[in-house]
Amino acid sequence: MTTTETDAKQAFAAKLKAFEGRQIGPPERGADPVNQPMIRHWIEAIGDQNPVYVDTDAAAASVHKEIVAPPVMLQAWVMRGFKPRPRTGGSAQDELMALLESEGFTSVVATNCEQEYARYLHLGDHLSTTTVIEAVSGEKATGLGVGHFVTTRVEYRTDDGELVGTMRFRILKFRPGTGRTAAKQDAGSQDDAGQEAKDRPLRPRPAITQDNAFFFEGAKQHRLLIQRCARCGTLRHPPRPMCASCHSYEWDTLEASGRGTVYSFVVNHYPQVPAFDYPLPVGLIQLDEGTRLVADLVGVEPSDITVGMAVEVEWEDHDPDLTLPAFRPAGR
Amino acid sequence: MSVTTSLRYDEVAVGDELPELAILLSRSLIVATAIASRDYQDVHHDPGLAVERGSPDIFMNILTTNGFVGRFITDWAGPDAVLKSVKIRLGAPNYPGDTMTMTGRVTNKDGGVIEVELRGANSLGDHVTGTVSLELP
Repeated sequence: MTTTETDAKQAFAAKLKAFEGRQIGPPERGADPVNQPMIRHWIEAIGDQNPVYVDTDAAAASVHKEIVAPPVMLQAWVMRGFKPRPRTGGSAQDELMALLESEGFTSVVATNCEQEYARYLHLGDHLSTTTVIEAVSGEKATGLGVGHFVTTRVEYRTDDGELVGTMRFRILKFRPGTGRTAAKQDAGSQDDAGQEAKDRPLRPRPAITQDNAFFFEGAKQHRLLIQRCARCGTLRHPPRPMCASCHSYEWDTLEASGRGTVYSFVVNHYPQVPAFDYPLPVGLIQLDEGTRLVADLVGVEPSDITVGMAVEVEWEDHDPDLTLPAFRPAGR
Repeated sequence: MSVTTSLRYDEVAVGDELPELAILLSRSLIVATAIASRDYQDVHHDPGLAVERGSPDIFMNILTTNGFVGRFITDWAGPDAVLKSVKIRLGAPNYPGDTMTMTGRVTNKDGGVIEVELRGANSLGDHVTGTVSLELP
């Protein structure tokens, strides 16, 4: 890493640290006080049959003495509801998110939620929140990707200022596509995995155009079609409208044998995109017919790949919509 | 389960297992709980937008996860339980059609406060792991 890069990283880290301790904006007050209808909707949806939330007599006979709201419902009392968020953009939270996004940390996932209850809430308690950015971590490599953890602490107070609960909430803002591959994730540990962690995503879609659609259609039928100038017969790949030799726009296709040699190759280790296995060898294949194409190399250890080695096509049906050619050592 | 009688502090021992709770994650449940918690984020009710945002389907919101943790505890402990804290870590999402099975165990008992470690697992892995502190009479 160059000095300039190091300086830039340190400057960014310092900017992030400067957010710690900042309140994100003015207090926000819930639309309604704690009320029976919202409690009823909640416990019906959750299937919670604890009677102290809705049954006056049962509540009176319990340690709670009166109807209480489910403590875990804390956050619901100040939810915004079905209203668009005003685009003020002025809160410290907005600024912090924008700063992280400017460095490519565009994805977000919640990782931890910790609530503490000073007391149970009663009908009529009207809550307001104040939220402070408690911590912004340094750069971390996680299962989902490289990112920063942002921890906020929310205080819930009644109108007369009584602190009734707190919530610590941690999110990970990460760079999409920089996580460990699904195959390598230890199923037993969910370190830093998040709410939106999911199965391995599909491979990125190729950009299909009028010029190249034949190639991908051919691939679905496991036919390696190469564009050929209809006037001078020169092969070209990747597909494009005009022949570089004779400038003709007329073309047809040739079905290649699928045999060739490795003209050059790379072995990708980083950055890791979740749809692929790593290390990921990719070859530039010299086809016997005379043009070249780029494709994954399979069925061979990266250390055994050599320039000039004979290869042959192997079709990989990645998903119902995507088949791509790959190449493996010939005759194996 | 109807909750009418409560456990007493003296009846609980470290190592006690909580009764397992299996939640069938219907699409209706995921939507109903999101709306009941006033969480209108589209990924919790609109499958098309959820897919557009990179998720295979809608998924349960975090407030609801807390809701099931609370229910799981008081189904076992009864109406006289007083929850002091719920600390959870989030993992594999709860998608429609799956089942989340909640299990838990008493891990500590000290000065009137009982600590339960719990886990809610679906077919993808742990949706939630966490610790709840509660008081019992």
